Amino acid sequence: MARVSFTGNLQRHLACPPAEAGGATVAAVLHAVFQGNPRLRSYVLDDQGRLRRHVNVFVNDRAVGDRRGLSDPVGDDDEVFVIQALSGG
Amino acid sequence: MVATLHVASRKGLLTFVPDGGGWRLDRTAFLGDPVTAVLPDGRDGALYAALNLGHFGVKLHRSDDGGTTWTELPAPAFPPADGGGDGQDGPSVSLIWTLAAGGTDRPGEIWAGTLPGGLFRSPDRGAGWSLVDGLWNRPERAEWFGGGYDLPGIHSICIDPRDSGRITVGVSCGGVWISDDGGTEWRLGGTGLRAAYMPPERAGDRGIQDPHRLVQCATAPDTVWCQHHNGIFRSADRGDTFTEITAAQPSAFGFAVAVHPRDPQTAWFVPAVKDECRVPVDGRLVVSRTRNGGASFDVLAGGLPQATTFDLVYRHALDVDADGRSLAMGTTTGNLWVADGGGERWTAVSTHLPPINQVAWAP
Repeated sequence: MARVSFTGNLQRHLACPPAEAGGATVAAVLHAVFQGNPRLRSYVLDDQGRLRRHVNVFVNDRAVGDRRGLSDPVGDDDEVFVIQALSGG
Repeated sequence: MVATLHVASRKGLLTFVPDGGGWRLDRTAFLGDPVTAVLPDGRDGALYAALNLGHFGVKLHRSDDGGTTWTELPAPAFPPADGGGDGQDGPSVSLIWTLAAGGTDRPGEIWAGTLPGGLFRSPDRGAGWSLVDGLWNRPERAEWFGGGYDLPGIHSICIDPRDSGRITVGVSCGGVWISDDGGTEWRLGGTGLRAAYMPPERAGDRGIQDPHRLVQCATAPDTVWCQHHNGIFRSADRGDTFTEITAAQPSAFGFAVAVHPRDPQTAWFVPAVKDECRVPVDGRLVVSRTRNGGASFDVLAGGLPQATTFDLVYRHALDVDADGRSLAMGTTTGNLWVADGGGERWTAVSTHLPPINQVAWAP
């Protein structure tokens, strides 16, 4: 199970405590989290399921490369960080 | 009933109420968040607020207790796009530009106009939304382009009080669109509008017009006023055809228009210097008003600053109340004024607010 945590700026809008979630990719891990917190999905992903432009996801210390399909691999001992990009101003 | 004024601002939803001879800020909701549209629904008392959180997308909330508590609703969203299997190149709502209540014959029906040009309908007070395919799938949409934003957007939704299946919408830049059947079929209106920003041979092309704002007279709904990028226009047939109004002073450029709810000949505008400059003419903030269908205009300056102003009143930031007597306007520089008596005398409510997207009197 990967450990998933969210930026505090997102927690200003809705509760999203750190979670443990299984899955082999970023998409699978996030979708597992969204199952227990459906509102969270639209804060992280856009209408087409892409990572929002000003949201970043890191697997450990590495930013995900596939912002559209979220296919970057995730291992059981990995940490997934959902953070806001500074590009949004 | 106490007058209540809702102000959708860059830093939250601000609600003002009368206090002695002036006004006071009664409530702030969504502090720090850009509120792009507000809808006080007179049918059931609900209050809707659309947010654009920037990083975290567009959101929609509803209050059923006048703004004390809020419930987040699903925001309008495009369905997964066809073709690629995963919809990766499909559209996504980037702004809720306007919200509108359906007719009294359709309780709970709410409409939303968005960037990038999607019109959405909810039958159930925002609990669920669907894209209005009949407009989105029009082939003419390929010609739409951004006006004010990079993407085209729907900023005006006029629901005919006589028959709420009759809808007129304004698109920047995509013209005036009309439906007579609740949004299934659409036709392009806007004959008579004029686009000086296009090559001359396309100036009359109805599909690329930039109607900055459309408003419909509540009791004479065939009358639709348009503050267009290139002037002021009036329609007597719900937007199919328009006549240009050239008498406005000190300019015919602007974004906002409000129409008297009981007198289709009376409308208000906030003139500015066209079109990239967008400041008051000669630094004097004024409101122009016609009471004879545009044949002539009064320039209303009472109580408004008459030197070195930079205020711009954006599309949704001028409103008239249900009696046609009280007006409110808010500016991109964070100034808020109200006026009684049809705009003869304005009073500053505050001169230190965030940029204002919309003002709306509670019905």
